Amino acid sequence: MNRQNELIQHIPRLRRYARALAGDAARADDLVQDTLERALVKLDLWRPGSDLRAWLFTLMHNLFINQLRANGQVHCELDEAADVPVSGGQVEALAVRDIHAALGRLSTEQREVILLVGLEQFSYADAARVLGLPLGTVMSRLSRARERLREIMEGQTVVKLQVVK
Amino acid sequence: MSEIREDELHAYVDGRLPDERRVEVEAWLAVHPEDEARVRAWQAQNRSLHEAFDAVLNEPLPLELVRAANPGRRHARPAWRVAATVAALSFTGLIGYGIGVSTQPANMQYAALPRDAALAHVVFSPEQRHPVEVEARHADHLVSWLSKRLGHELHAPDFRAQGFELLGGRLLAGQGGPVAQFMYQDPQARRVTLYVRRDGAGQAETGFRHAREDGVEVFYWVDRDLGYALSGVIDKAEMGRLADAAYHQIGQ
Repeated sequence: MNRQNELIQHIPRLRRYARALAGDAARADDLVQDTLERALVKLDLWRPGSDLRAWLFTLMHNLFINQLRANGQVHCELDEAADVPVSGGQVEALAVRDIHAALGRLSTEQREVILLVGLEQFSYADAARVLGLPLGTVMSRLSRARERLREIMEGQTVVKLQVVK
Repeated sequence: MSEIREDELHAYVDGRLPDERRVEVEAWLAVHPEDEARVRAWQAQNRSLHEAFDAVLNEPLPLELVRAANPGRRHARPAWRVAATVAALSFTGLIGYGIGVSTQPANMQYAALPRDAALAHVVFSPEQRHPVEVEARHADHLVSWLSKRLGHELHAPDFRAQGFELLGGRLLAGQGGPVAQFMYQDPQARRVTLYVRRDGAGQAETGFRHAREDGVEVFYWVDRDLGYALSGVIDKAEMGRLADAAYHQIGQ
């Protein structure tokens, strides 16, 4: 198994994360493609035996943040930050649409940590490595993200109940 | 019972606590309803995330992405480079198994068949949780579904005589349209995949050709408008026997 083949095996998971992060399938695949291209250029720097998946996610995180910065969309360390728009228009189950919409209302920082841990099942230490943050910051950010998501989701539940009446 | 810390509640939700401590957290939650409500909500979040996004793992994989990770095509490529790649692949085919080798230049789609099949093999054969999209117990449904998507009647060969059971199959996105992939496994958990796509560019029927793509043995051929490629990281002679069995069953 050569190194490029190892890269290929990670594509499905990179796509899953990118889809949840970017909220839009085309934009997500562009992000995966940029990540893979960057990975190929830098593959010589990757230390065999270390975790290729975490390394790829780190590249993707950096690319994503740079893109947001270029578009003036990034908000630093402000975990109660402004909403990030999420694309809609797909026909999905209500609960799934709820989580899509709710993720879009989290700050980028909160969304990333909750996806790395809750969806991609990275260890806290690996998530810290991907995000380039101390472990303590990751834990406090995770905590705030989960509570914020809970508020949003419970708010939506209330709205839905009112609709049912 | 010692005080439960906030980060331990998260570790509980994420399945990262040692058994002993997990029991203590459960005891804590039983008498701390506010913490319990938070923990239940966080667990529900994790489940919703999987429900919303795990389907992406099974989506047809865009070949642009596979190519983006593929060596030798890493830079923007002028037309002459594509031509050179195709020529190289044709050559690989020609020096292969050698039955029914044609001297006419293979069309581009056909030339890319073994490489694309090997890539699809590499992507999906190591999957433990999602090796296939439709499992073999729904074999009839699988074959009719894939046949419908390809617009051509398909058959999943039976390799039980060779020691391989059908695991199932999935649909992929190829350059020229949908592609079916059937996956088989033997008792040693070795996997082979059969990649099938329409090869409608007027390619004459061919016998076997063999290619080795990054360590993957690929036998491929065209039969009645369909291009087939059997891939595996298995001894070439054994792969040849499997391909032979597939070829004869499909040709019936």
